[in-house]
Amino acid sequence: MDRVSAHFEDLTEGDEITDWPPIENISRSHFVRYAGASGDFNPMHHDDTIATKVGYPSVFGHGMFTAGVLSHYLTDWVGAGNVRKYAVRFKGQLYPGRTLTIKAKVTKKYKDGDENRIDADLEVVDDQGSVLITGSATAALPSRG
Amino acid sequence: MVDKSIIGTEMGGSHMLVEQGKVREFAKAILDDNPVYLEDDPPVPPTFTMAMAHWPAPSGGQGQGLSKLGLDLMRVLHAGQEYEYLGEIKVGDKLTTRSQISDVSEKEGKRGGTMTFVTSETTFTNQRGEDVLIARTILVQTSKAAS
Repeated sequence: MDRVSAHFEDLTEGDEITDWPPIENISRSHFVRYAGASGDFNPMHHDDTIATKVGYPSVFGHGMFTAGVLSHYLTDWVGAGNVRKYAVRFKGQLYPGRTLTIKAKVTKKYKDGDENRIDADLEVVDDQGSVLITGSATAALPSRG
Repeated sequence: MVDKSIIGTEMGGSHMLVEQGKVREFAKAILDDNPVYLEDDPPVPPTFTMAMAHWPAPSGGQGQGLSKLGLDLMRVLHAGQEYEYLGEIKVGDKLTTRSQISDVSEKEGKRGGTMTFVTSETTFTNQRGEDVLIARTILVQTSKAAS
Protein backbone atom coordinates (compact mmCIF):
# COMPACT_ATOMS: atom_id res chain seq x y z
CA MET A 1 0.00 0.00 0.00
CA ASP A 2 1.07 3.52 -0.75
CA ARG A 3 1.46 5.70 2.28
CA VAL A 4 -0.32 9.03 2.28
CA SER A 5 -0.55 11.37 5.23
CA ALA A 6 -2.72 14.11 3.71
CA HIS A 7 -6.41 14.02 2.90
CA PHE A 8 -8.22 16.73 1.01
CA GLU A 9 -10.65 17.54 3.84
CA ASP A 10 -7.83 18.12 6.31
CA LEU A 11 -6.00 20.82 4.36
CA THR A 12 -6.71 24.54 4.12
CA GLU A 13 -5.13 27.15 1.88
CA GLY A 14 -2.26 28.72 3.79
CA ASP A 15 -1.47 25.60 5.83
CA GLU A 16 2.26 25.29 6.40
CA ILE A 17 4.16 22.12 7.17
CA THR A 18 7.37 22.80 9.04
CA ASP A 19 7.66 19.71 11.26
CA TRP A 20 8.89 17.11 8.77
CA PRO A 21 11.98 15.37 10.18
CA PRO A 22 15.24 16.85 8.85
CA ILE A 23 17.89 14.73 7.14
CA GLU A 24 21.09 15.12 9.10
CA ASN A 25 24.71 14.83 8.04
CA ILE A 26 24.47 14.54 4.28
CA SER A 27 27.60 12.71 3.09
CA ARG A 28 29.60 12.05 -0.04
CA SER A 29 28.14 8.55 -0.02
CA HIS A 30 24.71 10.05 -0.68
CA PHE A 31 26.07 11.82 -3.78
CA VAL A 32 27.87 8.69 -5.02
CA ARG A 33 24.77 6.55 -4.60
CA TYR A 34 22.72 9.14 -6.52
CA ALA A 35 25.38 9.31 -9.24
CA GLY A 36 25.06 5.55 -9.72
CA ALA A 37 21.27 5.52 -9.68
CA SER A 38 20.90 8.47 -12.06
CA GLY A 39 23.95 7.92 -14.26
CA ASP A 40 25.09 11.51 -13.60
CA PHE A 41 28.84 11.19 -13.04
CA ASN A 42 29.72 14.87 -13.26
CA PRO A 43 32.96 14.90 -11.20
CA MET A 44 31.83 18.01 -9.26
CA HIS A 45 29.68 15.61 -7.25
CA HIS A 46 32.29 12.99 -6.29
CA ASP A 47 35.84 14.23 -7.01
CA ASP A 48 37.12 16.77 -4.44
CA THR A 49 40.32 17.35 -6.43
CA ILE A 50 38.43 18.61 -9.46
CA ALA A 51 35.76 20.49 -7.46
CA THR A 52 38.35 22.44 -5.42
CA LYS A 53 40.48 23.13 -8.51
CA VAL A 54 37.62 25.12 -10.06
CA GLY A 55 36.97 27.00 -6.82
CA TYR A 56 34.31 25.07 -4.89
CA PRO A 57 35.08 24.33 -1.20
CA SER A 58 34.42 20.62 -1.84
CA VAL A 59 32.21 18.35 -3.90
CA PHE A 60 28.51 19.24 -3.74
CA GLY A 61 25.34 17.28 -4.36
CA HIS A 62 23.48 16.94 -7.64
CA GLY A 63 20.59 19.40 -7.72
CA MET A 64 18.42 16.46 -8.73
CA PHE A 65 19.55 14.51 -5.64
CA THR A 66 18.04 17.23 -3.43
CA ALA A 67 15.05 17.49 -5.79
CA GLY A 68 14.61 13.71 -5.44
CA VAL A 69 14.76 13.88 -1.64
CA LEU A 70 12.21 16.70 -1.73
CA SER A 71 9.98 14.66 -4.06
CA HIS A 72 9.80 11.80 -1.57
CA TYR A 73 8.63 14.11 1.21
CA LEU A 74 6.01 15.23 -1.31
CA THR A 75 4.94 11.67 -2.17
CA ASP A 76 4.86 10.68 1.51
CA TRP A 77 2.50 13.60 1.99
CA VAL A 78 0.19 13.26 -1.03
CA GLY A 79 0.79 9.71 -2.31
CA ALA A 80 3.25 8.44 -4.90
CA GLY A 81 0.69 8.15 -7.69
CA ASN A 82 -1.07 11.44 -6.93
CA VAL A 83 1.48 14.05 -8.03
CA ARG A 84 0.29 15.91 -11.15
CA LYS A 85 3.01 18.57 -11.44
CA TYR A 86 6.35 19.04 -9.75
CA ALA A 87 8.81 21.86 -10.44
CA VAL A 88 12.05 22.93 -8.78
CA ARG A 89 14.50 25.81 -9.09
CA PHE A 90 18.06 25.32 -7.85
CA LYS A 91 19.18 28.17 -5.59
CA GLY A 92 22.22 26.88 -3.74
CA GLN A 93 24.64 24.00 -3.43
CA LEU A 94 24.40 21.13 -0.96
CA TYR A 95 27.74 20.44 0.75
CA PRO A 96 28.70 17.34 2.76
CA GLY A 97 27.93 17.57 6.48
CA ARG A 98 24.87 19.76 6.04
CA THR A 99 21.39 19.01 7.38
CA LEU A 100 18.38 19.36 5.09
CA THR A 101 15.03 20.71 6.23
CA ILE A 102 11.97 20.51 3.98
CA LYS A 103 8.92 22.74 4.21
CA ALA A 104 5.63 22.95 2.34
CA LYS A 105 2.75 25.40 2.14
CA VAL A 106 -0.68 24.82 0.63
CA THR A 107 -1.30 27.72 -1.77
CA LYS A 108 -4.55 26.60 -3.42
CA LYS A 109 -7.27 24.00 -2.85
CA TYR A 110 -9.72 23.29 -5.67
CA LYS A 111 -11.65 20.82 -7.82
CA ASP A 112 -10.33 19.94 -11.25
CA GLY A 113 -12.85 17.71 -13.01
CA ASP A 114 -13.46 14.90 -10.54
CA GLU A 115 -10.13 15.38 -8.76
CA ASN A 116 -9.61 17.12 -5.43
CA ARG A 117 -6.45 19.09 -6.00
CA ILE A 118 -4.02 21.22 -4.07
CA ASP A 119 -1.15 23.40 -5.21
CA ALA A 120 1.77 23.74 -2.81
CA ASP A 121 4.99 25.69 -2.53
CA LEU A 122 8.02 23.69 -1.44
CA GLU A 123 11.40 24.65 -0.04
CA VAL A 124 14.63 22.93 0.97
CA VAL A 125 16.97 24.79 3.31
CA ASP A 126 20.22 23.72 4.94
CA ASP A 127 21.43 24.27 8.51
CA GLN A 128 23.41 27.37 7.45
CA GLY A 129 20.14 29.03 6.47
CA SER A 130 20.79 28.73 2.72
CA VAL A 131 17.84 28.02 0.46
CA LEU A 132 18.87 25.13 -1.81
CA ILE A 133 15.63 24.63 -3.73
CA THR A 134 12.35 26.44 -4.17
CA GLY A 135 9.65 24.36 -5.77
CA SER A 136 5.99 23.85 -6.39
CA ALA A 137 3.67 20.91 -6.83
CA THR A 138 0.12 20.06 -7.83
CA ALA A 139 -1.46 16.91 -6.40
CA ALA A 140 -4.79 15.08 -6.57
CA LEU A 141 -5.60 14.16 -2.98
CA PRO A 142 -7.62 11.26 -1.65
CA SER A 143 -10.73 11.97 0.41
CA ARG A 144 -11.62 10.48 3.77
CA GLY A 145 -14.62 8.26 3.60
CA MET B 1 24.39 34.99 -26.46
CA VAL B 2 22.26 32.17 -27.74
CA ASP B 3 20.13 32.69 -30.80
CA LYS B 4 16.37 32.51 -30.14
CA SER B 5 15.97 30.78 -33.48
CA ILE B 6 17.01 27.53 -31.78
CA ILE B 7 13.50 27.30 -30.26
CA GLY B 8 11.89 24.26 -31.83
CA THR B 9 15.18 22.52 -32.56
CA GLU B 10 14.69 18.76 -32.26
CA MET B 11 17.14 17.22 -29.77
CA GLY B 12 16.59 13.57 -30.62
CA GLY B 13 15.20 10.85 -28.42
CA SER B 14 15.90 7.73 -26.44
CA HIS B 15 14.29 4.53 -25.16
CA MET B 16 14.00 3.03 -21.70
CA LEU B 17 12.53 -0.16 -20.27
CA VAL B 18 11.37 0.65 -16.72
CA GLU B 19 13.07 -2.04 -14.63
CA GLN B 20 12.08 -2.91 -11.06
CA GLY B 21 15.68 -3.01 -9.84
CA LYS B 22 16.36 0.47 -11.22
CA VAL B 23 13.21 1.82 -9.56
CA ARG B 24 14.33 0.39 -6.19
CA GLU B 25 17.87 1.67 -6.66
CA PHE B 26 16.59 5.14 -7.54
CA ALA B 27 14.16 5.23 -4.58
CA LYS B 28 17.00 4.27 -2.24
CA ALA B 29 19.27 6.95 -3.72
CA ILE B 30 16.71 9.67 -2.91
CA LEU B 31 16.43 8.22 0.63
CA ASP B 32 12.85 7.07 0.01
CA ASP B 33 11.99 4.07 2.16
CA ASN B 34 8.35 3.90 1.05
CA PRO B 35 7.55 0.14 0.98
CA VAL B 36 5.42 0.69 -2.13
CA TYR B 37 8.65 0.55 -4.21
CA LEU B 38 9.32 -2.97 -2.95
CA GLU B 39 5.97 -4.27 -4.19
CA ASP B 40 5.52 -5.98 -7.54
CA ASP B 41 3.73 -3.20 -9.37
CA PRO B 42 5.10 0.05 -7.94
CA PRO B 43 4.68 3.57 -9.26
CA VAL B 44 7.99 5.26 -10.06
CA PRO B 45 9.40 8.19 -8.04
CA PRO B 46 8.54 11.62 -9.54
CA THR B 47 12.08 12.26 -10.79
CA PHE B 48 12.82 8.65 -11.84
CA THR B 49 13.25 9.47 -15.51
CA MET B 50 16.51 11.26 -14.61
CA ALA B 51 17.88 7.71 -14.77
CA MET B 52 17.66 7.91 -18.56
CA ALA B 53 18.59 11.60 -18.93
CA HIS B 54 22.29 10.81 -19.24
CA TRP B 55 22.03 8.10 -21.84
CA PRO B 56 23.36 9.19 -25.17
CA ALA B 57 20.74 9.73 -27.84
CA PRO B 58 21.31 8.20 -31.28
CA SER B 59 21.91 11.77 -32.45
CA GLY B 60 25.04 12.02 -30.31
CA GLY B 61 23.97 12.70 -26.73
CA GLN B 62 22.72 15.73 -24.85
CA GLY B 63 26.12 17.39 -24.46
CA GLN B 64 26.95 17.26 -28.14
CA GLY B 65 23.46 18.54 -28.98
CA LEU B 66 23.90 21.54 -26.67
CA SER B 67 27.30 22.38 -28.14
CA LYS B 68 25.73 22.45 -31.59
CA LEU B 69 23.24 25.03 -30.30
CA GLY B 70 26.03 27.40 -29.36
CA LEU B 71 26.02 26.68 -25.61
CA ASP B 72 29.37 26.56 -23.82
CA LEU B 73 29.08 23.57 -21.49
CA MET B 74 31.72 24.97 -19.11
CA ARG B 75 29.39 27.87 -18.36
CA VAL B 76 26.12 25.90 -18.22
CA LEU B 77 24.37 25.04 -14.95
CA HIS B 78 21.14 23.17 -14.24
CA ALA B 79 18.79 25.97 -13.14
CA GLY B 80 15.58 24.05 -12.76
CA GLN B 81 13.47 21.04 -13.62
CA GLU B 82 9.72 20.68 -14.19
CA TYR B 83 7.42 17.69 -14.62
CA GLU B 84 3.84 17.31 -15.79
CA TYR B 85 2.48 13.84 -15.06
CA LEU B 86 -0.05 12.98 -17.74
CA GLY B 87 -0.38 9.28 -16.94
CA GLU B 88 1.13 6.48 -14.88
CA ILE B 89 4.62 5.07 -15.44
CA LYS B 90 4.91 1.49 -14.18
CA VAL B 91 7.59 -1.19 -14.05
CA GLY B 92 7.64 -3.01 -17.38
CA ASP B 93 6.73 0.07 -19.43
CA LYS B 94 8.81 0.83 -22.47
CA LEU B 95 9.23 4.60 -22.73
CA THR B 96 10.24 6.50 -25.83
CA THR B 97 11.29 10.13 -25.63
CA ARG B 98 11.48 13.03 -27.99
CA SER B 99 13.04 16.35 -27.01
CA GLN B 100 13.10 19.84 -28.38
CA ILE B 101 14.21 23.29 -27.30
CA SER B 102 11.02 24.96 -26.07
CA ASP B 103 12.23 28.33 -24.78
CA VAL B 104 15.19 30.71 -24.73
CA SER B 105 15.29 33.85 -22.59
CA GLU B 106 17.81 36.27 -21.14
CA LYS B 107 18.12 38.01 -17.80
CA GLU B 108 20.67 40.42 -16.35
CA GLY B 109 22.59 38.70 -13.56
CA LYS B 110 22.77 40.21 -10.06
CA ARG B 111 26.54 40.51 -10.34
CA GLY B 112 26.58 41.80 -13.87
CA GLY B 113 26.65 39.89 -17.10
CA THR B 114 23.82 38.28 -18.99
CA MET B 115 22.34 34.94 -18.09
CA THR B 116 20.78 32.92 -20.90
CA PHE B 117 18.10 30.39 -19.97
CA VAL B 118 17.46 27.50 -22.34
CA THR B 119 14.55 25.11 -21.76
CA SER B 120 14.57 21.67 -23.30
CA GLU B 121 11.25 19.81 -23.21
CA THR B 122 11.07 16.02 -23.35
CA THR B 123 7.85 14.05 -23.91
CA PHE B 124 7.74 10.43 -22.69
CA THR B 125 5.43 8.05 -24.55
CA ASN B 126 4.68 4.49 -23.39
CA GLN B 127 4.35 1.27 -25.38
CA ARG B 128 0.62 1.94 -25.92
CA GLY B 129 1.35 5.29 -27.57
CA GLU B 130 0.14 7.29 -24.54
CA ASP B 131 2.06 10.43 -23.55
CA VAL B 132 2.69 9.89 -19.83
CA LEU B 133 5.16 12.62 -18.88
CA ILE B 134 6.48 15.98 -20.00
CA ALA B 135 9.81 16.93 -18.43
CA ARG B 136 11.44 20.34 -18.85
CA THR B 137 15.09 20.94 -18.10
CA ILE B 138 16.06 24.58 -17.63
CA LEU B 139 19.73 25.30 -18.20
CA VAL B 140 21.41 28.62 -17.56
CA GLN B 141 24.53 29.84 -19.27
CA THR B 142 26.36 32.53 -17.34
CA SER B 143 28.43 35.12 -19.17
CA LYS B 144 31.49 34.02 -17.16
CA ALA B 145 32.62 30.55 -16.10
CA ALA B 146 30.70 29.21 -13.07
CA SER B 147 32.51 29.82 -9.81
